[in-house]
Amino acid sequence: MLNPAQAEVLSLSLWVASTAVLFSLLPALAAAWFLARSRWRGKMLVDALVHLPLVLPPVVTGYLLLVGLGRNSLVGGWLADTFGLVFAFQWTGAALAGAIMGFPLLVRPIRLSLEAIDTRVEAAAATLGASPAWVALTVTVPLVLPGLIAGMVLAFARALGEFGATITFASNIPGETRTLPIAIYTFIQVPGGENQALQLILISIAVSLSALLVSELIARRVKRLQAPL
Amino acid sequence: MLSIDVAHRIGDFSLDCRFDSDARVTGLFGPSGAGKSTLLRIMAGLIRPERGRVELAGRCVFDSARNIHVPAHRRRIGYVFQQARLFTHLNVRHNLRYGAWFARDKPDAERFDQVVDMLDIGPLLGRRVAGLSGGEQQRIAIGRALLSNPAMLLLDEPLASLDAARKQEVLPYVERLSVETQLPIVFVSHQLDELLRLANRQVVAVRDGRVAYCGATAEFLARPELLGADQARDAGALLRVRVREHQQADGLSELDCGGQSLFVPRVDQAPGSAVTVHVRARDVMLARERPQGISALNILSGTIESLVADGDYAVNVLIGVGDQRLEARVTRRSAEHLELAVGQPIHSVIKSLALAEQAWERLGGL
Repeated sequence: MLNPAQAEVLSLSLWVASTAVLFSLLPALAAAWFLARSRWRGKMLVDALVHLPLVLPPVVTGYLLLVGLGRNSLVGGWLADTFGLVFAFQWTGAALAGAIMGFPLLVRPIRLSLEAIDTRVEAAAATLGASPAWVALTVTVPLVLPGLIAGMVLAFARALGEFGATITFASNIPGETRTLPIAIYTFIQVPGGENQALQLILISIAVSLSALLVSELIARRVKRLQAPL
Repeated sequence: MLSIDVAHRIGDFSLDCRFDSDARVTGLFGPSGAGKSTLLRIMAGLIRPERGRVELAGRCVFDSARNIHVPAHRRRIGYVFQQARLFTHLNVRHNLRYGAWFARDKPDAERFDQVVDMLDIGPLLGRRVAGLSGGEQQRIAIGRALLSNPAMLLLDEPLASLDAARKQEVLPYVERLSVETQLPIVFVSHQLDELLRLANRQVVAVRDGRVAYCGATAEFLARPELLGADQARDAGALLRVRVREHQQADGLSELDCGGQSLFVPRVDQAPGSAVTVHVRARDVMLARERPQGISALNILSGTIESLVADGDYAVNVLIGVGDQRLEARVTRRSAEHLELAVGQPIHSVIKSLALAEQAWERLGGL
């Protein structure tokens, strides 16, 4: 059904997007927790920072990443020397770009679910002997699960469709950073590539639709397990 | 058992309370907004007060002078809130078992069944929390608190969020709780009848963040100024009596009040058991001579111990009946007409029906 080149583009895209979502999960939980629960006045600043990728032109985000994390930059050089972690012009860079672009979409639903939780139920758990960490693990996170799933799907879709920041930061390297949207763009640029592009577009639509469907199924499952009062 | 001395401020509200209680069941009484729940939250460790000392079940859990603050999850407090606050993502069984997971001495299967039986929640164990009635949820909340193996129980108006019918459903369980568990209990209420029924020995009255009274419930009841305008009608006396026998023929129970008989609508306690009867001062009629041809079944003879004018037209009369005290509230005109005086023998007339639902098992050895 798929030719080897299409299979490569598809599997690379799925891999990059999944990596992006998985690695941003914990930071997103932390950020959502902070935004929902902290009473610090500087919270607005953090809120703005989290939402920045949503309003900045993606190319700007990509360029900032390139300047900040390129091999010759201070942080990029340090990461490469200490951990052997290189982002620029690598698939890891594509994943990082996807993670950053998807981050606000992941944080928002988690934060909303957190704000909907009755903190008095958490207090009840404390009186039953649960330390703050156990309360988070056994009460808060399970109650936040629907929001978490919704956020993961949104962030996954965003990472899958990421173009501007990725091509700026990680470039367009076949088998390394050429994800679905970049491959589609490349075919459109080449005379006679429309047919190839169309096939990838259909694949792209199929992937996005199935992601939505799967998330809907999981969400229903979770809702059935924990119908709110 | 319980020793509190705390000061705390939340916005405009300032709390400064100090009291001790050795009773197994301590009633915390006061109008809404008096600071009862805040006090309870301080005891549970959910609020850290600005200053003071908290000792629960003989253990110091907070002392600002020595910088001691035991966090809520290490205080071993069974807290039953006004709303059940159950975990909606867990079923009933897992709600009940939640506390056992963290308890050092885990309640065994036998204890689990015992609590489930006591609260009649066996049929609900596999159910989700969402479909349960308010009364069922509150019973599960009580079970959940008990099964966390607490050293002490805090009941924060556990009946307040229920309608009258649900209240009658849950009340017997709360009552059983104080009889069957040997735990120290603090029971919060703004309802006098609940308080008399569940905490009829020791009461702490809180008003505007201060302790207005701390002592025996019987004495508290004789002071209408402490009860608040809406409950002053219930001021009166608590009689400590024993069940003599139940009279099947007409549904009454005969109680022994220092050798004299007191008839009340049937009570559930067995003959010989100790009972507390709440006699409202306004339900007591006085007579110089023993009345004849009168429908009231109870005529207790005693001696007037004191007369205190109350307002423009009323007089509160304290009467010694054997080793007990009875209180009567009569008009000043009647008192003058009868020429009531301290030391005088007097007959107190009380309708049996006025004592309906006013006799309860005596808790914690009054």
